[in-house]
Amino acid sequence: MSSTLLDAPAPPRQEIRRKRRPPYLPWLLLSATMVILGVLTGFPLVRLVVMSFQEYERAQLMGLPAEWVGFDNYAAILTDVDGFWTVLARSFVLMVVLVVVTIVLGMLVALLMMRVGKAMRLLVSVGLLLAWAMPSLAATTVWGWLFDTQYGVVNNLLTSITGDRWFGYSWLLNPLSFFVIVTCIVVWGAVPFVAFTLYAGLTQIPEEVIEAAQLDGASAFQRFRLIQLPYVRSIVTVLVVLSMIWDLKLFTQVFVLQDIGGDRELTSTIGVYIYQTGMAQGHYGVASAIGVIFVIVMLAIAYPYVRRTLREEEL
Amino acid sequence: MINIRKRLADTGFGALALMVFVLSAFPVYWMVSTSFLPNNRIRGENLAFFPTPDVFTLDNYRAAIFSPRAPFAPAVLNSIGVTFLTLVIALVVGFVASLALTRFQFKGRRTFIVLILVVQMIPGEAMIISMFRIIDGWQLLNTIIGLTFVYTAGVLPFTIWTLRGFVNGVPKELEEAAMIDGCSRAGAFWRVTFPLLAPGLVATGVFAFIQAWNEFVTALVIMQRPEAMTLPLWLRTFVQATQATNWGAVMAASVLIAIPAVIFFLIVQGRMTGGLVSGAVKG
Repeated sequence: MSSTLLDAPAPPRQEIRRKRRPPYLPWLLLSATMVILGVLTGFPLVRLVVMSFQEYERAQLMGLPAEWVGFDNYAAILTDVDGFWTVLARSFVLMVVLVVVTIVLGMLVALLMMRVGKAMRLLVSVGLLLAWAMPSLAATTVWGWLFDTQYGVVNNLLTSITGDRWFGYSWLLNPLSFFVIVTCIVVWGAVPFVAFTLYAGLTQIPEEVIEAAQLDGASAFQRFRLIQLPYVRSIVTVLVVLSMIWDLKLFTQVFVLQDIGGDRELTSTIGVYIYQTGMAQGHYGVASAIGVIFVIVMLAIAYPYVRRTLREEEL
Repeated sequence: MINIRKRLADTGFGALALMVFVLSAFPVYWMVSTSFLPNNRIRGENLAFFPTPDVFTLDNYRAAIFSPRAPFAPAVLNSIGVTFLTLVIALVVGFVASLALTRFQFKGRRTFIVLILVVQMIPGEAMIISMFRIIDGWQLLNTIIGLTFVYTAGVLPFTIWTLRGFVNGVPKELEEAAMIDGCSRAGAFWRVTFPLLAPGLVATGVFAFIQAWNEFVTALVIMQRPEAMTLPLWLRTFVQATQATNWGAVMAASVLIAIPAVIFFLIVQGRMTGGLVSGAVKG
């Protein structure tokens, strides 16, 4: 089948001592991966789908056989406006806010890093790296402490700035300000990655292009809108998709802030809701159904990113 | 005139940069500072913004490490055990797999790569319920082995994906040149390619380390007993709202958890953004 005429003449065989490699060798190398992913990703996924069609409560945990209930769990979720739909809507709104704020701030910081001198850029980088490196759990406790009701530095500073007494003001009890703090934690931790990536992209734009635009009298905003933004558009797209995925999965920050003093009913996001429904309340079947829906939503969001990556890798 | 305007703008942007630095560094600073302050300077309206020598104390670290509710030593050992095992297994298995996906042409290769990419998009948070039942069924709840299994499966796709990039970065021609000079295929690989891959292996290993060290959700579900806790769960016990929070101890505990993660992160951060940018900027 191969077009032997067009191929370069093959080197004499004996020059390179090449034994014919057995065709099963790559699969042998992949076998451990296949076992691990099959048993610990594939199987749990199948089990999740199975459980979502069963009545699975605390009794089944004790050994009672799980009965098939068809789509009952899904019906229960999809008609639960106060529970599931509210949580889903909350998670999506929060995700949109987080993504927009993260990307906009990240872009502004990247542009700032382009504009300032070497010393200031180094200073900004050090700060960003510290924020980026912090584990999300430690970040959550720190921000919880900053906004602490009685002794937090935020209430302290607000008191001395405004003159009103802020001591005793609880940021976590009110769902709206609860999510303001969640936004602070997530954006604080996510902006560094976005800013560094965009900065790396912006530095690859040829200087002559910018200079030419400057000579033609383009304002800074015009240069950004007409030159810099189009150059880094594909990076922005990837960053948006990745941020959507990360922000929709939000668990640790919300869960631990609830521990510190939030209202679980009014502040849960999808991941936390699955934990509450399944692990805390024992409705494993219903929680599995929510999990299945969650997986489908995530894969749908990730689809463009996966396609783009595969195209870029030229597979 | 123009000069003055430019200077003003420079100063303005410099001030802005300073603000970005302060905003991003302050929470970290505040964590460290609070952890060294005595309770009477943490609580009260007269805050100390710096642990000067006259108030400096290690009491918070003592309170955190010798907390009666959550023993520190087992948590450290559990975390180190799980992290180390995950790192080793993921690196070995992932490295072998990445070789198969880069140095061989075979049917099903493309499908496998797509699968590795897609698997990374499945949220672990969605799977906690079935994972809990499966690990429970194997009698592995509250064991390091059970948690290691889950973590390995979690970091493996990313490990393979990253290592694949590193192996691809070493040109095949180098190996072939060594083979022409008389090396066997395996010899060429170990003597030429492998040393060039060492930095990639280190970077990938560190990422696996950080992920396992910081992981919270799965540990929460699988390691429920106090003696089985990993460090993140141990930290969580300090803020559970059953009594007034001892913030000094919480910050000391946070520092203890953050130090290894931050150090290892700083070692490899340069490799984080590179992959996304290379080839992404189109003219």
